[in-house]
Parts: sequence; C-alpha cells; structure tokens
Amino acid sequence: MNLEFTPEEQAFREEVRSFIAENYPKHLADFGMREDMAREDFVAWHKILGQKGWSVPAWPVEYGGTGWTPTQRYIWSEENARVNALMPLPFGVSMVGPVIYTFGSEEQKAKHLPGIRSGEVWWCQGYSEPGAGSDLASLKTTAVRDGDHYVINGQKTWTTLAQHADWGFFLCRTDPTAKQQEGISFILVDMKTPGVEVKPIKLLDGGYEVNETWLTDVRVPVENLVGVENKGWTYAKFLLAHERSGIAGVARSKRGVEKLREIATHETLDGQPLIKDFDFAKKVSQLEIDLAALEITELRTLAGEQAGKGPGPESSILKIKGTEIQQRLTELTLEAVGTYSAPYMGGVSNDNGSNEHPVGPDYAAHAAATYFNMRKTSIYGGSNEIQRNIITKMILGL
Amino acid sequence: MDFNFTEEQDMVRDGLSRLVREQYDWETRRKAIATAEGWRPEVWSQLAELGILGMPFSEADGGFGGGAVDAMVIMTEFGKGLVVEPFVPTVVCAGGFLKHGGTAAQKEEHIGAIVSGSAVFAFAYAEPKGRYDYADLETTAKKDGSGYVLNGHKAVVIGAPWASHLVVTARTGGERRDRSGVSVFVLAKDTPGVTTRDYVTVDGRRASEVYFENVAVGAEALIGAEGEGLALIELVTDEAIAALCAEACGAMKVAHAMTVEYSRQRKQFGVPIGSFQVLQHRMVDMYTAYETAVSLTYLATLRLGSDERTRKLAVSAAKVGVGQSARLIGQEAVQIHGGNGVTDEYAIGHYFKRLTIFDSEFGNVDHHLKRHVALS
Repeated sequence: MNLEFTPEEQAFREEVRSFIAENYPKHLADFGMREDMAREDFVAWHKILGQKGWSVPAWPVEYGGTGWTPTQRYIWSEENARVNALMPLPFGVSMVGPVIYTFGSEEQKAKHLPGIRSGEVWWCQGYSEPGAGSDLASLKTTAVRDGDHYVINGQKTWTTLAQHADWGFFLCRTDPTAKQQEGISFILVDMKTPGVEVKPIKLLDGGYEVNETWLTDVRVPVENLVGVENKGWTYAKFLLAHERSGIAGVARSKRGVEKLREIATHETLDGQPLIKDFDFAKKVSQLEIDLAALEITELRTLAGEQAGKGPGPESSILKIKGTEIQQRLTELTLEAVGTYSAPYMGGVSNDNGSNEHPVGPDYAAHAAATYFNMRKTSIYGGSNEIQRNIITKMILGL
Repeated sequence: MDFNFTEEQDMVRDGLSRLVREQYDWETRRKAIATAEGWRPEVWSQLAELGILGMPFSEADGGFGGGAVDAMVIMTEFGKGLVVEPFVPTVVCAGGFLKHGGTAAQKEEHIGAIVSGSAVFAFAYAEPKGRYDYADLETTAKKDGSGYVLNGHKAVVIGAPWASHLVVTARTGGERRDRSGVSVFVLAKDTPGVTTRDYVTVDGRRASEVYFENVAVGAEALIGAEGEGLALIELVTDEAIAALCAEACGAMKVAHAMTVEYSRQRKQFGVPIGSFQVLQHRMVDMYTAYETAVSLTYLATLRLGSDERTRKLAVSAAKVGVGQSARLIGQEAVQIHGGNGVTDEYAIGHYFKRLTIFDSEFGNVDHHLKRHVALS
C-alpha cells in the first residue's frame, strides 16, 4: 500500500501536461464554464481530444478507450483541472455512450459511438418530467408502436443544454399496464425530428442552462430502441451509476480551494489578509480535510473498479460528499468576497461578450451566481436523499 | 499508487481477527477488565507469540520488518474488539522513540524485551496544565553529574499500572512552552522516587497519575539529544495518532454494523425500526463517516514517512476527520439503540465510550484543526 507515483506515472503526467499546454485552446484557459458560450467553445477541447484518441478514457479499448489505469485517469483529471479545462460534456461520453456500447446493437454502436468520441454530435438527457423527479419511474411520456416507428408524446424537463443537442436519449413508457419500472424503454431521438420542441428555463442565477423538452407525435424508427423493449429501467440505472462515478469532481475542487485561498489573500479583515483570520482559515482547512478524505475515497473506489468491480453503490458516497464539498466551496467563496457578493453581474452564463468591467474585484463578479447555480448539484443526478436510499438498500441491506 | 495489502498483512489480520474472536468475546472482555489487574498478560504473551509485538521493528533491531501499514492492520482489529492491552504505549510510542532516537545500547536493552512481551511501557507526556502542547512542561530534569534528576507530575498515563517501564518527557532547559529544552527519558517504573496513583478509565482501560520526586537516572536514560526532543516527540506521536485512528476505524465499523443489525431486530409500531427512512439516512451518514475516516487513516499512515510538513498536515487531517466521524457514529449508534444504548449491558455503549475518549488522545479535533491551519 502506498500513495507514490511510479516513474512511469510521473512520465505520463509530464506527457499529458505538455500535451495540454501545447493543445488546449488559449482563449479558453482558466475560463470556467459559461452556459451561453458558443457551441464551438464547448466542444473545442473535446474535438482536439477526439483526434488524439483521449476523449473517452474510461471506455473499453475496443470502443476507443485509452486503457489507462485508474491512477492515470486520476492524473489526467488533475492535469486538466490545473488549467480549469472545459472537459467533454458528460451526456455522450459518460452517459449514453456506455449504455450504447453495453446494451446497444452493432448498428447503434457503429452509428453513434464515433460522433460521441469526436465531439461532433451533441447529446442531451430526457429523463426527468414535471411529475417525475426523484420518483423517476413514475414518468408518463409514452412511446406507442405504429408499424416500424414509435410515436412519442410527453414532456421532459431539466434537459441540460438541449438548445445545442443533435440527439437525445429518452425514457418512455412502452407498456402502460406493467408495473412502474417494467414498462419503460430507452429510446434515441434525433432532436431535429418534427414535434420536438425545446424551451428555455431561466435559473435563479440568471443563466440559461436547462430546458423543457416537449414531444408531440414524434415519430422515431424502432431501430432507435436500445436493448430490449420495456427493459429501459435497467439501462437507466446503469447509466446513473456511471454518471455518479465522475461526479465527485475532486481535481476541480482542489483547484477551487487554491483559488479560494488566493481570494482570501487579497481580501482583508482588520487590516490583515482574510486568510490570516483564524475563524475563516479554520473553515478552509476543514474543507481541505473533507476534500482529502473524498480524494482517497475516490481513489479506493477506482482501485476497486480496476480489480473488476464496476461502479457500484459506493459511487453514491462520492456523489453525496463531492457535491457537498463543491457547494461548500462556493459558499466560502461567497463569504470571502464579502459585500461585493451583492452586485448582480449576470448569471454564471451571462457576461459573455460584455466589455463592461465588473463592479468590485474580478473574482467577486460571479461568486454569488456560482453559489446559487451550484445548489443544483445535490439535486441532480439522483438527489442526495435518493443516494442515501440507494446506500440503504444496496450497502446496509435494509 | 496501491491500496492493496500484502499477503503477510492479510495473514496478520486473519490471525488477529481469530484471536479477538476467540479470546475477546464480549463476556470474557467484561470479566477481564473488571479484575484487579484489568488486563490479561496471557493475551499479551499470545500477541508476542504471534509476532504482533515485534511487527513494526526492523529485523536488525530484532523485529519482523513491518511498518506503519502493519500497525494500521493490527490496530484496526484491536479496535473491533475494544482490546485494552497496551500496544500503542509499548510498541508504537516506546518502540517509536527507541527506533527513531535510541542508541544501539538502548535498542539492545529494550526492543528485544518489547518483542518478547517481557517489557511493557507507558508514555508519560501529558501534564495537568499542558493540555496537548508537548512543550508545555512543568516536569523538569536537572543535570546532576553525568545523569539527571526528575521532578514533576504526569497526567493520565495510559497503561501505566501495567507497565514495567516509562518513557517520560521533561524540560532540561529553556522556558515553559519553548520548542527547545525538551528531552525524553526511558526508565524502569520501579526507579526510586516514582510513585503512581492508579485508576480505571471510562473506556475500560487503566491509567495513572505518575509523580517524580528527585528521581535520579543515568545518562543512558536520555533518548536522543538533550533539549532537542520535541521533533522526535512530534514524529512518534504522529505515528501513535495514525495507529489510534486505525483503532477508531475498527471500533466505528463494529458500532455501525451493530446499529444496523439492531435496527433490523428492534420492532416498534409493528415494524423493524430500520424500515424508517429517518433512521436509514442517519445510518447512511454513519457509513459515509466511517468510509471517509478509513480514507483519512490511510492518508495519515501512508504519509508518516513524508517530509515533516506533509506528514503533520496528513496526520492532523486524520485526527480531525476521524475524530468528527467517531463523535457522530458514537452518538448516533447510542441514539438508534434507544434506551438500550445507555445501559452498561449492551456492547454499543462501550464502543461509544472508547470512541469518545479517542478524541482527547494526542490532541482533539480543535487542536489538530489549529495545527492544520498553522501549516496551511
């Protein structure tokens, strides 16, 4: 047992660090995500990685994965976090991709996996509905067989960045008479199909990130069904476990703590840097300790995965602790900027293209918007309460 | 980066797990800690025979060449059974001082005796007014010819009633709380002038107040350089903290499992209380607290050999995080056991008590959060 990197791993770190330095788009360096930036900016790094063959590291090698060890993947995420890189969005790479290569037909793999790897095709997730949040299996969107098509009707919500999406994966009820979980199918929908309508939902930080997606008599060829009809719930749960495994965001949070310390060095209290104030410094230390615990927990989980265990219910712990820490980080950043948390400088997404200098220091401009925005993390991906239900059932056996 | 245990470590765990299961069932433990002695020298002999007491010493020093990870494995099993025998004071603390600071003669004299189980040590570092500052010492050691004369009062010396020897910290120079001027001595407990007041601790162990009145020791009693003992003390106590964190993890694992099992058996309103979501989520939070404590214990253990700052940051992180987990799990376990949780009869209360006292050993949560801030 040890925490040291081997010479080979250190060489790997050097390799990816220089690759990132040479290839990461300069105008996006340390930029952070802005939901209304141009589509090309969102996928710029994804496309470069696709050409390099590094866009889907965790996939099996036969489908384009890199075959990296968990330690190499950890180094990869750390090095990207150093420049706050805009990583490939999860909807294709971490969600529908693994479902397609695990449960999809050969035709589906051939048709969809290349576009996910290259970043050419943008995917969105059609899971939640106005009446089906945590109780996802109560979803009402229907897909009715009509010859060699399904006809889909219903309303999905919280469809993240669907404004750019080429394709979506949707959970639809195909057997209204079956028990809730048993009549659901997993269907791929071309978002340009007539009857698909995407409407923005404005969030409390002022940004535009999620949508309502209306489906009215949307005709989809039956070959877009993934796996077996009415078995979609199995694939949906598989996907959620995959979604959770990357959700801890350790490397990014570590970078966030560094930034928080920088901010607290510039801010002053009683004529001293804020970071010299014991009450504040104590909160930062506590956050770092919690983050260290999460980091080792994630590494233990990754090591378990390498030993042949897939992402299991332990990933629920990573989701709970990871999001708590991300939220705490934004909360302390908000506290650190003090009174300059109040001026409204647009949402996380809304200052793109604006040349106006923010009121107060640059680092304060988005502190409140980010804090508000990040409240979503303990709600999405299966709320943290649902994660506790999963652990209760799968680990405690109650 | 590797989180696997070696085959030898797996064997140590299996052997100890069997010993704890067979020799440390709840009734046997209850009777043993209630005797006049309060411990079982025969268990200590068995630990020596199994090679446990010699595990962390190098083969050159007469041990079995293990390291911090071996100590973690051992302490985790001790924690599961609430073993009271003084492995930390003897092997981790006294053994640590000898390993890192002892002369060839001191190692020769003491390590073999520790490995064979014939010498038992206690570590007298705390003082009534010193709290967790190892340099805040009123105990003095005055140079007298080639030797020293010790005077002072050491507080809550765990395992002292069972000990044949003591390791003692005392001031040989400087002012109270100065970093320099702190020295470490090893001496037999029956050295003239040493007296003790022995007592039971709330977590079922034994301890003493130890008084030194003109206790004369020779130059050979000094471990390390005179007046420069503090760095050595910080290293050894960091090792002790990592070991205690492992013990706490073992105890937390059992306390959590007992609580989940109890919630399955105990019925109210016609159903097992474990079917109530309000309790389920609290037991999940206990589970998460346990897992993060294990992670921090790994971190501290694996950083003991790093540079001083890295080591101290990791150890303080662990003492804070494990301390918080231990507090949460102990309190919640008792709460979910209901009235039974506050009885002496149920084992859970005893796990709670051990997990409570853990916080006060070698610096509590507040102390180590402060050290973490100072180093950040």
